[in-house]
Amino acid sequence: MDYIDKSIIMKKINTRRWMNGFARGLFFLATSFGLVVLLILIARIISQGIGWINMDFLTGKLSTQVDKAGIFGAVLGTFWLMVVVAPITMFIGVCTAIYIELYMKKGKFKSIIQTNISNLAGVPSIVYGILGLTIFVRLLQLGNVVLAGGLTMSLLVLPIVVIASQEAIRAVPTHLSEASYGLGATKWQTIRNVILPAALPGILTGAILALSRAIGETAPLVVLGIPALLLPFPGGILDKFTVLPMQIYYWTLDSSLTAEYANLAAATIITLLFFLFFLNATAIFIRNKFQKKY
Amino acid sequence: MSTVIMNKDKNVSNHHQKLTLAKFKPKQKIVYQTNNLNLWYDDVHALKNINLSIGHQEVTAIIGPSGCGKSSFLKTLNRMVELVPGVRITGDITYSGKNILSKSFSVEELRTQVGMVFQKPNPFPKSIYENIAYGPKIHGIRNKKILNEIVEHSLRRAYLWDDVKDRLKQNAYDLSGGQQQRLCIARCLAINPDVILMDEPTSALDPNSTLQIEELIKDLKKEYSIVIVTHNMQQAARISDKTAFFLHGEVIEYDQTNLIFSNPVDKRTSDYINGDFG
Repeated sequence: MDYIDKSIIMKKINTRRWMNGFARGLFFLATSFGLVVLLILIARIISQGIGWINMDFLTGKLSTQVDKAGIFGAVLGTFWLMVVVAPITMFIGVCTAIYIELYMKKGKFKSIIQTNISNLAGVPSIVYGILGLTIFVRLLQLGNVVLAGGLTMSLLVLPIVVIASQEAIRAVPTHLSEASYGLGATKWQTIRNVILPAALPGILTGAILALSRAIGETAPLVVLGIPALLLPFPGGILDKFTVLPMQIYYWTLDSSLTAEYANLAAATIITLLFFLFFLNATAIFIRNKFQKKY
Repeated sequence: MSTVIMNKDKNVSNHHQKLTLAKFKPKQKIVYQTNNLNLWYDDVHALKNINLSIGHQEVTAIIGPSGCGKSSFLKTLNRMVELVPGVRITGDITYSGKNILSKSFSVEELRTQVGMVFQKPNPFPKSIYENIAYGPKIHGIRNKKILNEIVEHSLRRAYLWDDVKDRLKQNAYDLSGGQQQRLCIARCLAINPDVILMDEPTSALDPNSTLQIEELIKDLKKEYSIVIVTHNMQQAARISDKTAFFLHGEVIEYDQTNLIFSNPVDKRTSDYINGDFG
C-alpha cells in the first residue's frame, strides 16, 4: 500500500520551491543592506574628502584657514597614544590570560572572573572615560596628557586582549605542553618555550584588533577633556595631545558654521580608515602566515 | 555457591601474591615498586590497589581493554597524571629507593630520569635540532658543542640520524609519522633517562614504522628500563619480557610474557588474549 499520496506532493511542490527561493532572497537582502550602506558611506566620504588629502594636509599644523589646516598633530597624538596603550595592554592582558588559563583552578572564583572580563568588554566606552577622568586626570593629577588618555584606553581595550589571548592559549594542543612537562620542564619553562610561541599569532591578532579599537575610540577622550584645537605637536607621553577621531568630531561640529570643515573631517576620516585598514590587514597577515597545523 | 566463588577468588589472589614475589629472582634489580597504589579522577576509582614491580632494563608491557587504567598507571609513574584536574592518589611508588609520591620529591627531577613517549607523535613545532636540544636546554646546558653531540647521539640511538643529518634545521613536522615518533624517542633519550614510559607509541603508525619502533625498543632495553602500554597483543608478545593485564583498574595477572600468553592463570586474561572481549 502507498503511504505517500503522490498527487499531494505534486500540489505542494511549487509552494515549497517558492519558499526555498524566498529564503535565499531574504538572506541576500539582509547581507546586502549592511554592505550597501557601508559602500554609500565610504563613497560619500571619499568623494568629499579625497581632494583635500595632500602632503600639506597630512604634515601640516592646525589652522583657522581651511585650505591651510593639517592633521599632523592628531596623527602624532594617535601615535603617542599607541606607544602607551600597546605595551600596557599586551603585558597586562597576556599575563592575565596566562594566569586565568594556566594557573587558576576550575571553580566559582574562576567563572566569576571570566564572566566579569566578558562583561567589561561590553561596558560603554564613556564609562571608562569617566573612570579615567577620576583616577588619572584628577586623583593622580596627570592632567589630560597622552599618559592619562593611554591608560584610560588601555583599560578600555584590555578585556579584548585578555579574551583573545585566552582563546589563543586554549587553542595550543595539550600534547605539546605534555611533551615539555614529560622532559622535566617547569611550568614557566613550558609556558615560555612552548605555549607562548604557539599562541603568539593569536595573541598578536587580538592585540592589533584591540589597538585598532583604541585608535578609533572618541568618547572616553571627550570626557577626559582632550582638546581638538591644539597647535603644538606632542613630543612625548607627558604632553597634551589630540587624536584623529577627536579632530573628526570637532570639525564635524564646526561644519555647521563653516561648511568646508566637513571636507576636512572627511579627509581625516579617510586617513583614519587607512590606518585601521592597515592594522587589520596586518592582523590578517599574521594570522595566515603563522597559523600552524599541529 | 557463593562460598565456592569466594574460595576461587581467594585462590587466585594468593596465586598472584606468590607470582609477584616469585617472578623476581633475588639478584634482579627493580626500578619501580608500587604499594597499594590507588587513583581517583574525582569520584571515579581508576586504579585499585596496584602492587607491581618493574624490572631493571626490561620491557614491561601493560595490556588491557580501553578504560582499564593502563594509561593512568603509566602516567602515574612520572606523575604526569597530576596534570588532570581532580586527580587523587594514595599508596606509594618507590623509584630507585625513593618514594616519588612524597611532597618533597620534585617532579622535574623525576621526569629527567623517567622519559615519556606519547600515543600520537608530538614533536614541537620547531626544527629537528631544537626538538632534541629542548630537554638538555631546559636543564641548563648551553654549550653548543655539547648540544651538538647530544643531538647527534640521540638521533643515532633512535635510528634517525641518517634520515635527517642533512636537514637538522628543518621543521619536525616535515617528517613522516614514523620518523616523528622516532624523533620523540630521540628527544626523550636526549635527557639521558633511566626509564622510558611509552603510551601506545605505535598506535598512530603504519605497520612498517611500527616494526621499526619495535626493533628500536628491543635495542633500547639494553640500556633503559621500558614500560609500554599497548593495545596490540602481538606487540606485547613480540617485545616485552613481562606483561601485566589490567582490567577495571586492577592488575588481573602479571608474569613473564611467554607465560601470560601461553598459559594464563586467570580466565579473564585468556579471554582477553584470545580476543573474546575488549
